[in-house]
Amino acid sequence: MKLDVILRIGVKLILPFLLLFAFYVHFHGEYGPGGGFQAGVMSAAMVILYGLIFGIDAAKRVVPQRFVELLIPIGVLLYVAAGIPAFFEGHRFLDYGVLSDDAVQGRVLGVLIIETGVLITVAGAMTAIFYAFAERGRG
Amino acid sequence: MSVLYEFVYHYNYLITIFLMVAGLYIVIAHGNMIKKLVGLALFQTSVYLLYISPGKIIGGTPPILDPAFSVYSNPLPHVLILTAIVVGVATLALGLALVVRIYEAYGTVEEDEIFSKDGEI
Amino acid sequence: MEAFVNAVLLTLLAVVTVAVIRQRSMFGVVILAGIYSFLMASVMVALDAVDVAMTEASVGAGISTIVFLATLHLTNTRENPRPRNVMLPLFVSGVVGAALIWGTFTLPPFGIADAPIHMHTVPHYLQQSIRETGVPNVVTAVLADYRSFDTLGEVTVIFTGGIGVMLLLKGRRRRQDRNGGISGT
Repeated sequence: MKLDVILRIGVKLILPFLLLFAFYVHFHGEYGPGGGFQAGVMSAAMVILYGLIFGIDAAKRVVPQRFVELLIPIGVLLYVAAGIPAFFEGHRFLDYGVLSDDAVQGRVLGVLIIETGVLITVAGAMTAIFYAFAERGRG
Repeated sequence: MSVLYEFVYHYNYLITIFLMVAGLYIVIAHGNMIKKLVGLALFQTSVYLLYISPGKIIGGTPPILDPAFSVYSNPLPHVLILTAIVVGVATLALGLALVVRIYEAYGTVEEDEIFSKDGEI
Repeated sequence: MEAFVNAVLLTLLAVVTVAVIRQRSMFGVVILAGIYSFLMASVMVALDAVDVAMTEASVGAGISTIVFLATLHLTNTRENPRPRNVMLPLFVSGVVGAALIWGTFTLPPFGIADAPIHMHTVPHYLQQSIRETGVPNVVTAVLADYRSFDTLGEVTVIFTGGIGVMLLLKGRRRRQDRNGGISGT
């Protein structure tokens, strides 16, 4: 039981920094290594770590199953939605230059939007995979 | 210095091919399905190494543009391999979900026992 | 110095692979696969692929290990028996390995700056990406801007993988097949 206490307190200290680091990696993906995939996996790792230490029911109270299942298609839709405005200006699909008045700023904005879409889908998919495996074992 | 460089240059490709062949051996020779998937993951990772090794330039830096550096390693293999890694983990999760369902249907994950049970039915 | 670090890491990779082949306890195999992923991420850093190293460390050593351990728990697998006929797989692997090594004889030397791989589209990306896209990280610029259609395909694959696992493993385990479970002893 002593080891259990160390795990619980240690994990409670680490979890906020894990999420913060995930978002740091995501928003600084244009200036350093990182981007949507790494950030999405780290966000999912936060939920998985919480579920491993405190039990799957506690994890489902914090991040409900319905919410996670909803996240997976929302990321893909956000990605496609960033490419659709180019149609109204006569450009090709996924031409981000039309998202803002300055073409270069539009492209930076477009990259940020699609990276957010990737983060949402990857985080949702990895958490959903963990929930599916964990639920199967409780039968 | 150049002797070490030559050794490392040959060694890089040798180890990559050794990892590839070891992964292939695990997939072919072992009957346990989970170990086969581990071997497949090893094989995939050695292919990543095979793609990224030729992209390195000695004396270059990671491909993040900065006024202080002028020689960058090739960023194109990194892009392809990023996609490959994430696709690999998605297929690995699907494969393991299939293994779980096979276990529930046959009671074992050993290939020979599954084939003999299939022969009975 | 860099070459020495590279050589040591690659040797450790080969040693871990041999250990994975010889190991018979499944839990040990999964942990060794996690160690292998971490070593591979270190080799990627030594080869200047920092984005790939971060992805390989988080995905290969994190998510892969979790999913393998969950499968081990769900299938009650403890040990795998010795493979029976090793001669034919060894022969096939040997032939494939020899053919691949013969194929690497014509590759350009490692690390020179004027290999054909650096000649065609990469100079355009390295020179024009900050002016056209405003993103200093060239890997992100190529992945999210120049080749974003491929990334759309990749996100769709992750979507499909998540949906597929949810479809396969939804619901509780059926009780009737749990009796003949433990294998390998």
